[in-house]
Amino acid sequence: MSIDQDAIRFSDVGMTFLTDHGPLTALSGVDVALKRHEFVAVLGPSGCGKSTLLRLTSGLMKATQGTVSVFGHPVSEPRDDIGIVFQQATLLPWANVLDNVTFPAKHKRGRVSASDRDHARQILATCGLAGFESRLPSELSGGMQQRVGIARALFLNPDILLMDEPFSALDALTRDAMGFELLRIWQASPKTVLFITHSIPEAVILADRVVVMSGRPGRVIADMEVPLGRPRDESSLRSPEMQDYMAHLRSLLIREEVA
Amino acid sequence: MTAPADVSTATGKTTAAPVKAPRMTLSEWLIRTPVVLPLLTFVLILALWEGGTRLFNVPSYVLPAPSRILEGFSAIPASRWVEHVWSTLRVALIGYIASIVISLPIAVGLAKSRLLSRALYPLLVVIQSVPIVAVAPIIIVVLGTDDLPRIVITFMISFFPLVVSMTTGLMATPPELIELSRSLRAPVWREISQIRLPYATPYIFSGLKISITLSVVGAVVAEFVAAEAGIGYFIQFSTSMFKLPQAWAGLGILLVMSLALFQVVNLAQKILFPWSLPKERR
Ligand SMILES: Nc1ncnc2c1ncn2[C@@H]1O[C@H](COP(=O)(O)OP(=O)(O)OP(=O)(O)O)[C@@H](O)[C@H]1O
Ligand SMILES: [Mg+2]
Repeated sequence: MSIDQDAIRFSDVGMTFLTDHGPLTALSGVDVALKRHEFVAVLGPSGCGKSTLLRLTSGLMKATQGTVSVFGHPVSEPRDDIGIVFQQATLLPWANVLDNVTFPAKHKRGRVSASDRDHARQILATCGLAGFESRLPSELSGGMQQRVGIARALFLNPDILLMDEPFSALDALTRDAMGFELLRIWQASPKTVLFITHSIPEAVILADRVVVMSGRPGRVIADMEVPLGRPRDESSLRSPEMQDYMAHLRSLLIREEVA
Repeated sequence: MTAPADVSTATGKTTAAPVKAPRMTLSEWLIRTPVVLPLLTFVLILALWEGGTRLFNVPSYVLPAPSRILEGFSAIPASRWVEHVWSTLRVALIGYIASIVISLPIAVGLAKSRLLSRALYPLLVVIQSVPIVAVAPIIIVVLGTDDLPRIVITFMISFFPLVVSMTTGLMATPPELIELSRSLRAPVWREISQIRLPYATPYIFSGLKISITLSVVGAVVAEFVAAEAGIGYFIQFSTSMFKLPQAWAGLGILLVMSLALFQVVNLAQKILFPWSLPKERR
């Protein structure tokens, strides 16, 4: 793998679903590339194909047009080096936190080794969940459940993390805290992150780059660096420059929501 | 199983807080204490029943008093009762287990394959719509008079709710977990055994609870048509001999049997799969 190779590359990607009401084009002509260890946020109106973009990357679906490549290889099936975090944590309600995190091993290989458990404990500690290993998901707050979801996605040491509105089910305060938590985890073990969100501040505070998509069929209408160094904190967004930047994003999105 | 824990936290609170715990009213106490209230209701109904039948001199073929039913019960030697109960229980349980074993693969097929579900579902509905009581005599003629036809009748009555609840449960899994499974490229049987089946557990148990009672119904219906033993047979026989208190005693036994079987399923869920119960009932 060469250093400058793109981790993820969408080349002229289109996706048309066959539905009961005829064909539905969710994505069309998407051209985006993510460098290795880059954090890219995707903003776009509801139904513009953001989740579809994620599924195409994960290999759960195949594009009807163009190609999606991961580390230079066209994606044809799910890969081990991609972790997925969903909107809801969707943990197994009967399994405790540790078993939920080691579930990928159990599910893939049929068994969980002692070193798997040690590894999971380490990840849990990174995610701020040390001491909660034997709790059931129903005993945790929403934010903690989502951390378990993240820990599960990190368990197989993926190079790429796909996150589909992972914090949108959380309350505003928890959501902000989780964002910074994610940045901390990301800085501790760098990964390429494709992060889908509806929140402009969240996209801006987290990402190196923000991709804005149009309404259906989704295409890329803006792809902008975030003019903000790291580390970032709550005050990072207060500067007039950042306020203008976010206002610009907002105007792009509002135009698309209305269209 | 939370009762002891509740008690300990409650006492913990009272010792920690100097504030006097509010007095429980009698009705509150009755609501919170299990068994007592239903038992009182039951005893009250029995008393009204006994008093009413004596007061108005109700003939025993219309409604025998509980005391007469008890007499009818003790007139039959215990060994005979055991024989009858065993005969019904055996058929009900074998039919029940058969319907579990057969409905599971059908449910997996229906849940996993739209093709299969389109092809099979109408057939299942047709089978379900057949009035079993009407088919029972035919089945007995075809399959003879030993346990087998009775088991088949029991099976036919109890298996449909199981298939429906299992299929519903297997399809109730959050789609994200199925995506997780696919993204891990895990074999399909593990998707079923490690994700879909556990998720379906609450649904499966609601089906199991309906079916266990239905399987008793099935066994009794089969005995009505042809049998030389069993509680259903006993009730029919006693009625034809005009021994109504005895028939009522049989009915009581049947009721106890149904309730006990239901409770066994209930307990199995509580002990083996406590997480599958709604939170307040754990
Ligand atoms: N498997 C599918 N079959 C048919 N249509 C689909 C399928 N998946 C998605 N779609 C359609 O494609 C469009 C884009 O869906 P997608 O879930 O990617 O949107 P989204 O941008 O993630 O929306 P949201 O912001 O609401 O999550 C929607 O109109 C959706 O109905
Ligand atoms: Mg989506």
